[in-house]
Amino acid sequence: MGLFGKGSLSAILQRIFGKKHAKIGIYGPPNVGKTTLANRILRDWTGDIMGSVSEIPHETRRAKWKKDVRVDNGNSSLYMDIVDTPGIATKVDFKEFMNTYGLSKDEAKRRAKEATEGVIESIKWLEDIDGVLLVMDSTQDPFTQVNVTILGNLEARELPVLIAANKIDVEDSSPATLKSAFPQHPVVPISALTGYNSDNLYSTMVSHFRKKRRRKRR
Amino acid sequence: MSKKDKGISFNLVSRQKLGELSHDEKLKFILKEVKKGNILVLEYGLTPIEQANLIENTMKEIEHDTFIGVEMEGYGQDTPTFIQKILGMTKKPRLTLIGPANLLKTVHKDRNMIQTKIIPGRGVK
Repeated sequence: MGLFGKGSLSAILQRIFGKKHAKIGIYGPPNVGKTTLANRILRDWTGDIMGSVSEIPHETRRAKWKKDVRVDNGNSSLYMDIVDTPGIATKVDFKEFMNTYGLSKDEAKRRAKEATEGVIESIKWLEDIDGVLLVMDSTQDPFTQVNVTILGNLEARELPVLIAANKIDVEDSSPATLKSAFPQHPVVPISALTGYNSDNLYSTMVSHFRKKRRRKRR
Repeated sequence: MSKKDKGISFNLVSRQKLGELSHDEKLKFILKEVKKGNILVLEYGLTPIEQANLIENTMKEIEHDTFIGVEMEGYGQDTPTFIQKILGMTKKPRLTLIGPANLLKTVHKDRNMIQTKIIPGRGVK
């Protein structure tokens, strides 16, 4: 242990200059574009991708992560472990996979079972992250219970959250509705699909997630 | 009452009843009632942490043919005033509606109103 106690120098430097490293979870309901956004971030900063995307909900059923992704905003940078989490839902109906998306019964049941496990895994990850990129579909009603529950949990844990108002390339999107619904959090309109406004998102991620915060453990 | 006349049960659960239950007891009570096909209106809603735990427990209980999850809608917590914060009073969760997802569907929700409907054909068992 050093003269000023374990880790004290790094803690002081962190307070002055901000964090250098943060574990960031990408959260949201199913089918809002979480993995598309994760792929966009990784493609832009590492040349890699996170996982496959699909119009069928619950395509991501296990959390995936990429460590040490360096994101710059011109003046500063932040190393992030990016965690792409399965979509959080309050219900999973295998019949929806069959009737709407044409999956076989066995396939639909397997997907539904894995989706329920994915939801549990996403919630457990909340214990182990430093900040959240909460992806919302800007063509949809923002006051869904899943959005409200996720935000409430992040606020209770005092975790920094940045809302990505996704799908602004779609004609009836309304990122302004999201901004007015959640004025207490930064909201960045983006199209993860086309990359529109991604520079603004990266800049905000670095400045927002670099801030040193004391977090509550549950 | 004959089975045909059973209909749908809406149960308003008082603040007092919920206050008497521990965290785990509350979640067990809610899931048990919802799995029976009842719709609950909680006078004193769930905290965000309880909501997340309820989602976790719901996922563990899902059975493909009998229980597909819950429909849950409510309003966030009241923000305590400056004086309440000084006195150490915490945020209070508000009214929440919870029902089985195969029976209850949210149509619209905004700051002032939560609009739900009973899924046609599921009304009377």
